[in-house]
Amino acid sequence: MVLGRKVLMKGNEALAEAAVRAGCRFFAGYPITPQNEIPEYLSHRLPEVGGTFIQAESELAAINMVYGAGGAGARAMTSSSSPGVSLKQEGISYMAAAEVPGVIVNMVRGGPGLGGIQPAQSDYYQATRGGGHGDYRTVVFGPATVQEAVDVMGQAFALADKYRMPVVILGDGMIGQMMEPVILPEPVDPATLPLKTWITRGAKDRNPNVINSLYLDPEKCEALNLRLQAKYQEITATQQMAEIAYPGSQYYVVAYGTTARICRMAVTEARANGLAVGLIRPITLWPFPTDSFEKVMDDAKGFLTVEMSLGQMVDDVRLAVNGRTPVYFYGRAGGMVPSAEEVLIEIEKMTRGGGR
Amino acid sequence: MKGYVFFEEDRCKGCQLCVPICAKGVIRMSNRINIRGYHPAEAATPDDCTGCGLCARMCPDTVIRVYREATAKAGKG
Amino acid sequence: MARNWERPKGAEIVYERPEALSDTVTHYCPGCTHGIAHRLVAEVLDELDVRDRTILIASVGCSVLAYNYFNVDAQQAAHGRAPAVATGVKRTSPGSVVFTYQGDGDLAAIGTAEIIHAAMRGEKITTIFINNAIFGMTGGQMAPTTLVGQETTTTPAPTGRLPERAGMPIRVCEILSQIDGAAYVARQALNNPANIAKAKRSIKKAFEAQINGHGLGLVELLSTCNVNWKMSPGDALKWLESNMIPVFPLGVFKDWAEAGSGSGRSEVAAG
Repeated sequence: MVLGRKVLMKGNEALAEAAVRAGCRFFAGYPITPQNEIPEYLSHRLPEVGGTFIQAESELAAINMVYGAGGAGARAMTSSSSPGVSLKQEGISYMAAAEVPGVIVNMVRGGPGLGGIQPAQSDYYQATRGGGHGDYRTVVFGPATVQEAVDVMGQAFALADKYRMPVVILGDGMIGQMMEPVILPEPVDPATLPLKTWITRGAKDRNPNVINSLYLDPEKCEALNLRLQAKYQEITATQQMAEIAYPGSQYYVVAYGTTARICRMAVTEARANGLAVGLIRPITLWPFPTDSFEKVMDDAKGFLTVEMSLGQMVDDVRLAVNGRTPVYFYGRAGGMVPSAEEVLIEIEKMTRGGGR
Repeated sequence: MKGYVFFEEDRCKGCQLCVPICAKGVIRMSNRINIRGYHPAEAATPDDCTGCGLCARMCPDTVIRVYREATAKAGKG
Repeated sequence: MARNWERPKGAEIVYERPEALSDTVTHYCPGCTHGIAHRLVAEVLDELDVRDRTILIASVGCSVLAYNYFNVDAQQAAHGRAPAVATGVKRTSPGSVVFTYQGDGDLAAIGTAEIIHAAMRGEKITTIFINNAIFGMTGGQMAPTTLVGQETTTTPAPTGRLPERAGMPIRVCEILSQIDGAAYVARQALNNPANIAKAKRSIKKAFEAQINGHGLGLVELLSTCNVNWKMSPGDALKWLESNMIPVFPLGVFKDWAEAGSGSGRSEVAAG
């Protein structure tokens, strides 16, 4: 492919190609709608670059394979959709605790339970609160376009390696299935990446490396937790990503992913009608871009959070706003997608001082 | 065949699995108490040891080391 | 590693602790055959001279601390998942020798899917499967391999395990030997030196199945848990012989080197 040339690609496939170009050489996954193009694409693409593709017996097995591959030094990835990501929570907790890097892609669908196959954003809590057991976090990206998804894939692997932790990319069926023009990044050769000294490759002429998360002594377990927290604090201070459209506005809509594209249409319409409305679009969902809220707080009178859920990210907005202005919420659930018209109605309610 | 047997007493957990294994009855449990609070096994009659090594192969804690006089040597040196 | 042992002058070594076994005294109960199993694996790693490229995938059970007892790189796996973790390691580093060490809960309860599919894929890994018919670490609950009538904390007296409530024990070797990707499947016992010697030979073959690129090698080792069986170590070995061997027959169920292997059990080839 010619560098810099735009190609039209389906989101799932673009994500998969971006992973390979970021140096991913191990993928394990299990079929589940709406992300099947990711394993299907990688089943022929990874062997082309000498990588490993495994269709695992379950999502649970897949995350454990990623844990093993990451422990042995590979850039490893798995993908799934909501019910399958629930199965992965044990493995993600282990990766966080044992400090093993890896990337997990979740193409969120309507839930809870078996749910539906239409897009949703109802896994925000699971992704940003450390959805498995224990006190941990994962970096979470919420890309809004196929290009952005491609771009964050490289960052995801880089951050995973730098901080030795799992990183989640939260997409949905729209991003996965839509076709958009993308510019693919230049491939990274994993052989050129810095050598990892902590991995398991055989204890030749050195003491054994042990990758472990068992700490029976509570003092040591607390020390681990404090070490992880220090890492998370550094990430929070340095890795926040967000877009602010129309800073200096009096009102803001807060949305991420494909919902943000719908909200942008509503914001444009509202501004055309004379309303001083902007858009805050988190790109990292963890760390949540609280800095962006500080930037606009002086003039802000209200924030309307719009999600394809019944209210998850709105908690983080409330925490960021910290009572200084009202926070409103509008959401659809179960795979229903809000329309720009619905959002516009809510924006107007907010500017009149009302709304949910 | 002359054998030599050594017990690293502080590893022993007093499980007694080695005692009935020895065909020569060399091993017994001592009255001492080791650092772990167990009565360790010991060679009561080490001169009877033939160096068969079965006690070491039964021991779960690699307490026992076994040696024997080198075979096929014309003169002892 | 430097071990300053007193060796009689002019004597040949019959037995010393293998290099692949660390000096750390284990936390296993007195008489627990985990110690024997660990030792046999370490001896085989030394004899095959693969210690410095071996990776242990530790599982969850009494052997959860196994990484303290082997002088090899190790990765701790979640309960039951060791074959999946091993798959990730081996496919990433095919030149490594990767083995899992799992108990009857880890492999035959929560991890049944993972071991079967690792075998299905013919993963070049080795699994040491410790079957002591009980969940040891958590205090003696029923295992999938608990015998009918056996008392455990979840199959209490006076009936012990009742088939109508809790089914009957599962025979892992018989199941796995039917899978084409399993290259070597054997069941041995650790109750006496003769069986221990056979066990070691099977363990060696299970590692050779991996090293020579044939597929998955698994050795089921009938083992004791004298504390949770509420017996002395010596009595536990006798109980194993009288009660477990009739239910879990010893032998080689699959050997890639033998034509027609996998259709039955070969006692003659048990060594």
